[in-house]
Amino acid sequence: MAAFEETGPSTPVVIATRVDKVNPRARLAGKLRAALVIVFAVIGLIPVLVMIATAFKTRTDILASPPLIFFQPTLQGFVNLFTDRAIVAPGRMEEFKQRAQTGEMTLWERVAFEMGQEITGVSDYVARLQNSLIIAGLSTVASVVLGLFAAYAFSRFKIPGKDDLLFFILSTRMLPAVVVTIPIFLMYRQVSLTDTHLGMTLLYTAFNLSFSVWLLKGFIDEIPKEYEEAALVDGYTRWQAFYKIVLPQAVTGIAATTVFCLIFAWNEYAFALMLTSDRARTAPPSIATMLGSGGIEWSGIAAGSLGFLIPVVIITFALRRYLLRGITFGAIRQ
Amino acid sequence: MSPATAPLPAPRRHLSDRAILNLFIWPTLALLISLNVFPLVYSLYLSFTDYSAIANKAPVWVAFKNFADILGDERVWQYFATTGRYALLSVSLQTVLGFGLAMLVRQKFRGSGVVTTLILVPMMISPVVVGLFWKLMYNPTFGYFNYLLGFTNPSTGPDVIASAFAGKPVPNLALYGVVLVDVWMWSPFVMLLVLSGLNAIPEYLYEAAAIDRASSWFQFWRITLPQVAPLLLIAVLFRTIEAFKSFDLVMGMTGGGPGNQTELVAVYLYRVAFLGQFRTGYSSALAYIILIIIIAVSNLYIKYLNQIRGES
Repeated sequence: MAAFEETGPSTPVVIATRVDKVNPRARLAGKLRAALVIVFAVIGLIPVLVMIATAFKTRTDILASPPLIFFQPTLQGFVNLFTDRAIVAPGRMEEFKQRAQTGEMTLWERVAFEMGQEITGVSDYVARLQNSLIIAGLSTVASVVLGLFAAYAFSRFKIPGKDDLLFFILSTRMLPAVVVTIPIFLMYRQVSLTDTHLGMTLLYTAFNLSFSVWLLKGFIDEIPKEYEEAALVDGYTRWQAFYKIVLPQAVTGIAATTVFCLIFAWNEYAFALMLTSDRARTAPPSIATMLGSGGIEWSGIAAGSLGFLIPVVIITFALRRYLLRGITFGAIRQ
Repeated sequence: MSPATAPLPAPRRHLSDRAILNLFIWPTLALLISLNVFPLVYSLYLSFTDYSAIANKAPVWVAFKNFADILGDERVWQYFATTGRYALLSVSLQTVLGFGLAMLVRQKFRGSGVVTTLILVPMMISPVVVGLFWKLMYNPTFGYFNYLLGFTNPSTGPDVIASAFAGKPVPNLALYGVVLVDVWMWSPFVMLLVLSGLNAIPEYLYEAAAIDRASSWFQFWRITLPQVAPLLLIAVLFRTIEAFKSFDLVMGMTGGGPGNQTELVAVYLYRVAFLGQFRTGYSSALAYIILIIIIAVSNLYIKYLNQIRGES
């Protein structure tokens, strides 16, 4: 048992809330404060609202000057995003009109026809979105799980050169994407990992690990180690103590870390741009290069961005309780 | 845990602490070594060679030529200066704004959890998409930015992306435009970390101050700020590192232009490494110079962090 080392606080962490004297002036100040917060939130959300509006605008409405606040919403952006289309040949116009009138067309086909186009197939974007789901999902799980193990080891065991190792782990986060991309590009070419799901998943996991180890170590440091010691005395194995005692108490940290890792992996652009071309290309670089016949396809970009943002927002909202509770990196010693 | 519910000693030999330690730590280290350390060593070698990843020629050893070329190139110095200005401006604004926001949302009100999470939305968007999108926002004819600021006539208003105002070029306007977007996107991150710090301040400190009839000004300077400083510094450290690495946002928004007013080092690095001739040797050397600067800056922060941590 000499392998243990005393780390972290020995007393339970008390999360205290300030209790103000409730007098009318303090209450008014509180109201004002809340109003100010809401004003800030609204200002911050204006660009997001613009994104939502743009996703439902027609091409002409987007290019209107001054910009329109009220407009007729349309699904053209989403049709542009998810389908490949061709211009309807003039000879077939009548046939299409008839089909539109008799209601034989699906909603998607009708929207495309409004633009004078017919749908020829599903766009590449669907596959890109699938790639994003696979790569971001797998790498988030991997970086949280591996990070949790490593953080536990760093928090509870005596490891020679621990501080240097931790700094080394953090320093991997300091590398500009382009720095590592050149050698990884060459290395992946050797082992044929370029443009593969596995290659991208490993890369995102490695990049997120530094963050997750640091973040999770902060949380595990705050869990009193007496609980585990008691369990060990009771006959639990080290693994059981970790699994049954530490894990349930680290839920806050795990949730917060998941959010951060997911945001990074889901939105990553530089690696994906440089290391993938087709098979494993994720959505962000493909949203960025969405060009229509007449320049940048803004409605498609907005629709893509909006659809791409929603899953992250949902997960963050679901886990907000944990996220707002405290991410301390172990920086605060109680 | 009562002894009754504890499992019997495992029938097979269970893992020793040593084995658990290795099992827990090696997957992480192995991944980091193969995907971070190895590439780093490899690119250190490449930085001393003349090599292009797309040419079918082996690297040629040129010793310090790449480094000399970079350090003797006036443009590169200019890009570093732009990056430094960008990092300083955006990180300091984010710090002030993020700290202010955290102080505001610190006290809970009805729906404060939802509102605080809504404030976080900008940092959930892909930076390259943010950049692209703000390009649309900033457009002088059909963008909302000018419109909301009251510049309804495109010929008399600012054109941020083109770094001009009413048709006349304004130096650095595009850079300030990028800074504004970065601040919009990442102030919530600083807020989140500072908020965690604020929540962790023990209540008895304020109670003691109240007994001493300390002013709220005094409480802020002597309790709140020193207690929250370590986390604030971590937030600043992360943002500084990210600012030096900044690539996606600028690529989406200005692509380094107009001219090279927003050409940050990471963007330039991408250009020499992956466009045109793929100057792999040269770009590896440049990458190393950037890395050394980032490590130096981070070390300063971490030293300072340990210092204030030791005091509190």
